[in-house]
Amino acid sequence: MIEFKSVTKRYPDGTVAVDALSLTAPTGQITVLVGPSGCGKTTSLRMINRMIELSSGQILIDGTDTAGQDAATLRRGIGYVIQHAGLFPHRTIVDNIATVPMLVGWGRTRARERAYELLERVGLDRRLARRYPAQLSGGQQQRVGVARALAVDPPILLMDEPFSAVDPIVREELQTELMRLQAELDKTIVFVTHDIDEAIRIGDQVAVMRQGGLLAQLAPPAELLAHPHDDFVADFVGRDRGYRALAFSNAQLPALREERTVRLGAALDGDRSGAGDDWLLVVDDAQRPQGWLDLRAGHRDAAADHLELGGTTACRDGSLRSLLDAALSSPAGRGVVIDDTGRLLGTVTAREVLALIEAERERPTSSAGSTEPLEKSTPG
Amino acid sequence: MIDLMLAWLTDPANWTGSDGVPVRTLEHVVYSLVTLAVACAIAVPAGLWIGHTGRGTFIVAGIANGLRALPTLGLLVLFVLIIAPLIGNDLAFVIPSLVALVVLGVPPVLSGTYAGIQNVDPAARDAAYGVGMSGRQVLWRVELPCALPLMFSGLRSATLQIIATATIAAYVSLGGLGRYIIDGQATHDFPQMLAGAVLVAVLALLADLLIAGVQRITVSRGLTGRYRRTAADPPSAGPVAGGAGSEGDRVLDPV
Ligand SMILES: Nc1ncnc2c1ncn2[C@@H]1O[C@H](COP(=O)(O)OP(=O)(O)O)[C@@H](O)[C@H]1O
Ligand SMILES: [Mg+2]
Repeated sequence: MIEFKSVTKRYPDGTVAVDALSLTAPTGQITVLVGPSGCGKTTSLRMINRMIELSSGQILIDGTDTAGQDAATLRRGIGYVIQHAGLFPHRTIVDNIATVPMLVGWGRTRARERAYELLERVGLDRRLARRYPAQLSGGQQQRVGVARALAVDPPILLMDEPFSAVDPIVREELQTELMRLQAELDKTIVFVTHDIDEAIRIGDQVAVMRQGGLLAQLAPPAELLAHPHDDFVADFVGRDRGYRALAFSNAQLPALREERTVRLGAALDGDRSGAGDDWLLVVDDAQRPQGWLDLRAGHRDAAADHLELGGTTACRDGSLRSLLDAALSSPAGRGVVIDDTGRLLGTVTAREVLALIEAERERPTSSAGSTEPLEKSTPG
Repeated sequence: MIDLMLAWLTDPANWTGSDGVPVRTLEHVVYSLVTLAVACAIAVPAGLWIGHTGRGTFIVAGIANGLRALPTLGLLVLFVLIIAPLIGNDLAFVIPSLVALVVLGVPPVLSGTYAGIQNVDPAARDAAYGVGMSGRQVLWRVELPCALPLMFSGLRSATLQIIATATIAAYVSLGGLGRYIIDGQATHDFPQMLAGAVLVAVLALLADLLIAGVQRITVSRGLTGRYRRTAADPPSAGPVAGGAGSEGDRVLDPV
């Protein structure tokens, strides 16, 4: 647990970057600091490992004031990941990851072994081990940065905009990867970002900060979306927060409609008799949905290149948002629902999902989903 | 003229005795090595300290511009005039020459070292502190290795200048390859002058090659971009997949 107690940072030039910040980052959870540029996120983060010294107040880690400890020793016990990864360009990947183990006096062999283990853990090929940072893509470098931070298995991980410099697709991969890792490792993570979507996606709790280093609101993502504390937070969270809040409410699935399916590659005779329905769902041998087939196009078979792709699928235990998105993105107007193994369960229409949302709103206890377990990733 | 110079160079008489080519070359090498070593002993620690702490950067700018503008020959004569009365023997001439050469060698090494440290990726430096390195560890394990390419540039340019300029030692009746040039001029023996100049050039070239070799060995391939094939990489292997999917295309193949 990391506790900020009325922490203030005033830079020598008089800038008050953080103003009487009080905040607790609970053990085993991801606390996200989010806010516009210059609001004091980085300063707050770097005061935890004393890369920046506080002007007043206290930061306690598991009850111990960090001010009393040797800064370098403190930092070796805290993982630190930064925006451009900051890998050491003259060292190979494996030696980059082995940095902290070597610093704390593990032998070279043991440090290297650990580094190889971590390389795989963050989803990188072992063959990258002997390369240099310049030979890796931005996303790969960022993974190495995470591996380096995890090398001596510190209980705390500080991450400063770690995924901001990579393209959106890679960013999402890295976010998913972080959540997967966190599920295994249970670290106390403080994560800084200016991207509210990222904050909502990965945070267990989100601290919205405003200019001058003031805390605007500290809440779980669902509550932030449902009950922004003031106009600033409401503005920052964004206009479509109502829609995004659906990602945090799980509903009892409606009765799914059974869908007529055809095997991938099968011939299409006799299947056109469906009254007034122009779309046929194509599945593979394991009943996994592959795409929709437009019967009006007059295809003779369900070959893969006749399929309309692009619709998302929702998981059985997915959120209302993923259900609605599946329905809206389906060319047939029916969202495909699958089970954990990807097998088809049935379909649902947008109208049915909306009815579900209405019902959810009327349930007296469902105050913004804040009492429910938060659903973090929506597969599909 | 070239023929005469070649004749001079191939005349066995010029390769023996106390004013033969081997002895003169050795003298030249000794002058250069000593002054280069002293220049590095001053400039490298100073450059490291200034680059690491960010303090005293004005010294670098001042020295780099100020000292470079000084005419070495004038400096030499000045030093001789100042020092000679103080010391009564041969050293009266040796020391001023060496000091002048040191003064020549300091600026390139100093600014190369300083610039090398300054140019270290700020993110790498930040990460080095962030993982818990002490200031000294950051300097030795990250800043210095990353600064090596620029430090070597400074060293090479200092070496070339010192070897070329060490000929001036002959002005104050010392040895070295400069003797051929000075004496040749005095006796209008132009082939000898030319031979001296060529010998100096060859020596400078060899020294540069030698340092380049050392540089190749000491500077990390991660900085130079001369990546080695690893055993696991088949020649012309495609990008190695990194992680779940869409990335990995920027992986450079070893060259
Ligand atoms: N070393 C510094 N000296 C003076 N002001 C600084 C320094 N570092 C940051 N600041 C100022 O402090 C404020 C907060 O900065 P920072 O914590 O980096 O914000 P964020 O990470 O949220 O973008 C900004 O106004 C910034 O200009
Ligand atoms: Mg920042």
